[in-house]
Amino acid sequence: MTALAVRAAASRQALLAVAAPVLGLLAWHVATSGPGYHLIPPPSDVAVQWWDLAFGGVWDDLYSATLWTHTVASLSRVYGGFALAALVALPMGMLIGRIAVVRDLLDPSLQILRPIPVTAWLPLAMIVFGIGPRSAFFLVFLGAFYPILLNTVFGVRSVEGRLFEAAAMLGVGRQAMFWTVVLPASLPSIFTGLRLGLGFAWVVIVVGEMTGVQTGLGAIIMEARQLSRTEIVISGMVTIGVLGFLSDRAVQLLGRRLLRWSPQHG
Amino acid sequence: MGEVLEKPAAAGTVLPILDIRHVDKRFAFGAETITALSDATLRIGKGEFICLIGPSGCGKSTLLRMIAGFETASAGSLLMWGKPVAGPGPDRGMVFQDYGLFPWLTVSQNIAFGPIARGRPKAEAAATARRFVEMVGLTRFADAYPHQLSGGMKQRVAIARVLANDAEVVLMDEPFGALDAMTRERLQEELLEIWARAKLSIIFVTHAIEEAIILADRVVVMSPGPGRIIADERIALPRPRDPTGVEFNALRRHLSGLLGSHH
Repeated sequence: MTALAVRAAASRQALLAVAAPVLGLLAWHVATSGPGYHLIPPPSDVAVQWWDLAFGGVWDDLYSATLWTHTVASLSRVYGGFALAALVALPMGMLIGRIAVVRDLLDPSLQILRPIPVTAWLPLAMIVFGIGPRSAFFLVFLGAFYPILLNTVFGVRSVEGRLFEAAAMLGVGRQAMFWTVVLPASLPSIFTGLRLGLGFAWVVIVVGEMTGVQTGLGAIIMEARQLSRTEIVISGMVTIGVLGFLSDRAVQLLGRRLLRWSPQHG
Repeated sequence: MGEVLEKPAAAGTVLPILDIRHVDKRFAFGAETITALSDATLRIGKGEFICLIGPSGCGKSTLLRMIAGFETASAGSLLMWGKPVAGPGPDRGMVFQDYGLFPWLTVSQNIAFGPIARGRPKAEAAATARRFVEMVGLTRFADAYPHQLSGGMKQRVAIARVLANDAEVVLMDEPFGALDAMTRERLQEELLEIWARAKLSIIFVTHAIEEAIILADRVVVMSPGPGRIIADERIALPRPRDPTGVEFNALRRHLSGLLGSHH
């Protein structure tokens, strides 16, 4: 393909990517504008509300110009919970994947705990961690934990046997095998786990912030629902969507740099 | 034909680089025991190019993997320079049919892998890698990753990797089996050149009779059920060998007869 053809294909792709949301907005607008009472506000109202939430100067109420505070609170929980999940799940996954005793010890219990949805942990989390940010943090941690763990286990277990033989005949000893072969070979899988984990952390954040915390995007969504401020609910949703998308993009870019060697990522 | 197919002179006082004595290999399959290799005896001198040939199930790859140290013998002994082989080691480099390159390392990093694993300084390993990248003609691809290379290029990297690691014996398990005919021919020529220059000892497993005659000093013929060595033929034709020559074809018929009569 020529450079021109590549550029044409790229702009076509961008056009199609934008087409669906634009059509969606249009449909939303047509369905909710005009006379009559609507439970759902039109997009223009949401846009105004979002602006007020972000910068103030429109309604000047309790919510004006608070978006930044809530975003920072949610971001810190998402990334904090995610980081803690990675810190626990990565070494645990490596041990489960490589050491039979650890696998026999932990795997059955984890298989039983895994299907329990994060929402089901909510009451218990509130009893153990109290009402507040620690419960939210725990639930985000739980949401991110399993994808990271499972992909790490899968990664370190599915290293091609041939690579161990190749390393052994080149002079790598048993102890050095983990760092020279297992870890680099399982990086693509581990990376997939981290990406999924971060995605789940964003999914879980609203549930996590239902535990009675004062700040956070999930918290204002729940609060605004009780006050029937649906514009705020939708503004929060849009913000979470955009942040989740941007954070996934950043992870993907990082992966493309680190995993240039992998045909699936490079 | 007589002198061409003569048995190798019994090694006398010279210590062989590899001395394989009455080696058996048995695998357990549930309650059953399968004998993959029975009473294999083979002495290989330094600098010899040996081809192991035979149909699948004859134990040729098993024998090679035992020399590499990936498998242990059920009976008998494998000695290198008089010392028993105990596990894999850099003195016996292996070239696999499926390459076994590290996908996360570039061509030069793959070649520097062995020297670094053995504790050589980074700069020295890099210099070694450069030398061997050049030797196998991949200078332009030094920074490419394995998935960007053709099969022939990957196999060149695999060969360079064991040479850069000072392997004395190079074990090759059907290394050109997955390559197209033209690439295979070119790599055979290059391998012979490298072998002569580096004074390597090579044990090369193949099931192609012609490939064995083109390459080997000695062709060791094996047969299955249970796997065993049935002949050890010296190829005295001068190199490069012409596959269309009369003597070449006489050898081909002879080896093919040996293989056929034991099926």
